[in-house]
Amino acid sequence: MMKRTSLGNNRLNRKFQELSEKNEAALICYVVAGYPNIPTTNEILSSIVKGGADVIEIGIPFSDPIADGPTIQEASYRALLAGVTPEKSLEISKNIRKKYPSLPVVIMTYSNILQRVGFEYFMKKSKECGVDGFILPDMAIEESDKYVMEASELDLATIFLASPNTTPRRLEAILARTSGFVYVVSVYGITGQRRSFEDYSLTAIRNVKQVVGSRMPVAVGFGISSPSHIKPMIRAGADAIIVGSAIVNIIRNLSGNKKKMLQQIEVFVRDLKKACRQNYLLP
Amino acid sequence: MLSNYPVNARFGDYGGRYVPETLVPAIEELERAYDRYKNDTDFRKELRYYLEQYAGRPTPLYFAKNLTEYVGGARIYLKREDLLHGGAHKINNTLGQGLLAKRIGKKRVIAETGAGQHGVATAIAAAVLRLNAEIYMGSKDMKRQRPNLIRMQLLGAAIHPVQSGSRTLKDAINEALRDWITNVQNTYYLIGSAVGPHPYPVIVRDFQSVIGQEIKMQMEQLSNRREHPDAVVACVGGGSNAIGTFYPFVDDSDVSLYGVEAAGKGIKSGKHSATLAAGSHGIIHGMFTYLLQDQFGQVSDTHSISAGLDYPGVGPEHALLKDIKRVNYVNCIDDDAAEAFLLLSRLEGIIPALEPSHAISYAMELAKNMNRNENIVVTLSGRGDKDVDVVQRYLKMKEKKNEKNRKNEKK
Ligand SMILES: Cc1ncc(COP(=O)(O)O)c(C=O)c1O
Repeated sequence: MMKRTSLGNNRLNRKFQELSEKNEAALICYVVAGYPNIPTTNEILSSIVKGGADVIEIGIPFSDPIADGPTIQEASYRALLAGVTPEKSLEISKNIRKKYPSLPVVIMTYSNILQRVGFEYFMKKSKECGVDGFILPDMAIEESDKYVMEASELDLATIFLASPNTTPRRLEAILARTSGFVYVVSVYGITGQRRSFEDYSLTAIRNVKQVVGSRMPVAVGFGISSPSHIKPMIRAGADAIIVGSAIVNIIRNLSGNKKKMLQQIEVFVRDLKKACRQNYLLP
Repeated sequence: MLSNYPVNARFGDYGGRYVPETLVPAIEELERAYDRYKNDTDFRKELRYYLEQYAGRPTPLYFAKNLTEYVGGARIYLKREDLLHGGAHKINNTLGQGLLAKRIGKKRVIAETGAGQHGVATAIAAAVLRLNAEIYMGSKDMKRQRPNLIRMQLLGAAIHPVQSGSRTLKDAINEALRDWITNVQNTYYLIGSAVGPHPYPVIVRDFQSVIGQEIKMQMEQLSNRREHPDAVVACVGGGSNAIGTFYPFVDDSDVSLYGVEAAGKGIKSGKHSATLAAGSHGIIHGMFTYLLQDQFGQVSDTHSISAGLDYPGVGPEHALLKDIKRVNYVNCIDDDAAEAFLLLSRLEGIIPALEPSHAISYAMELAKNMNRNENIVVTLSGRGDKDVDVVQRYLKMKEKKNEKNRKNEKK
């Protein structure tokens, strides 16, 4: 198989290296591109960076997001209504790249967005806009040969997901195609803010960490919405925490008061990042 | 041979399995179970028992004498799937998959529905097989197919209205997939058409192939000359009644096959569901296939007078059969389907569902240009009780339009 060291995107790898030297888990923050509009997304991202996020995940809205719950569905729907396109979404990445040259940016979207114009073409365009990798929740490894090959030629990370019911054997197959980091879906379910997690989520993290070892960082996402969720996940082996719907909810709830929204996002992200700094010890 | 597809989960380039990782173990479990039971004597016996004693198979291949005389061309036969319990071909699939769910040991069954026929058929199968059914239905479809909504409730199924997107079949499938991801450990997804991730398109095709197999046998008996029909016609939504009709004939080159899509208000109007006529390559609901979408890959809103054809994708096997030109994919607008609906009702005393009315309409065109000694078989996939309100409203609207036109002419 491909050698891990040659895969993996430099900006992502450097960031994780740097954080592990500081004994910190990474905080990855997700926004829907163009929700509520493109200029505001740019401002939101500035607040997220100020709050201390380590990696930015930009969701390119898709009409039929089957892995997403009501929060991200609604945000995607509104963004599409407002005329947000994949191209405009990539402009957001370009913007980040200018402002924060070393901040990793990954795109989360659905396979059809790439398929429509061709995977290779879309990834080239993304690369030009400073994107570092892709998360495609409906891309199963069986269908991914061309995608992985073309991405690795462009030095773009292909971030695959593992779920609580993924067997160790299948996880190996997933890891063989994954670069940047592996994304553990914390729950049986779709995206959406949760109050609490069951024990099986922590078991899933432990199981994945055990197989992955130090081969690549293990990120955990889906439903995480408070610093109290983060600590046990880090103890179970998470190297990175992904927060999405909880941020999108703040944006929705405060869409009438941008100043307050930006402030609250910054404070929220800072609290999350604080939880990522504590309790993180190298295994 | 075409009947050997799929190969490696694909029909040519089409099909595959584009699903979130959480679903992979369930889909693999389904594939193993299907491989094990499809040729299992007990399974087949039980399925046959329910199909014959409960659902009413075999269905007649009826020579539509009055329609044939009216058109004045080839002889038109109707494959009477409308006579099945529940009123549509959908029960062939729900009994098969229901028995599979039981073998797998999953008692909670979810399904999507557009016209409500698959929802009704799922609710029926769940009741008789002692499973619990929950049905996702777009709120727009709940309004226009209300009789089926009530039937599902009477049959004991729980209904989940779907408010997202276009509030039709596509969105009901999205919601069913989200439910499945969430409850994958105890839930069987009983998909209603030959769509979705592999192996669903195969499973649905195989359970529906009883339609084509019976047509073949019945045609031979009727003709006494081991004759094949000259042409076979079926409507295409997701494509289950069509692939079930076509599959037993795909390697018989003497049989012309016609799949009829819904052209709504006309393909140029953009208000249609003719995926194979106007779609492009895309990934939806776990499969690579033709898709109605915009230049950026966002799935288009579709339209059809019939809720069951109102879908922007199509089964992957149809995508292959289109490319290699084994099947002629044609289409029929709302107005023509409604006219065929009325005509069949009056001429043959059969009220067809609006979905197969598209096929009837096209078959009449086809028959005109064929010889009187040639045979056309049309799959009459369902009965039209569910559509009487829709058609009534349609007629009222049309009457209003005509009046307006008359007034304008006078001026
Ligand atoms: C009577 C009838 N025919 C046809 C269809 C279209 O589905 P398919 O293309 O899978 O046969 C439906 C769908 O609801 C239906 O109810």
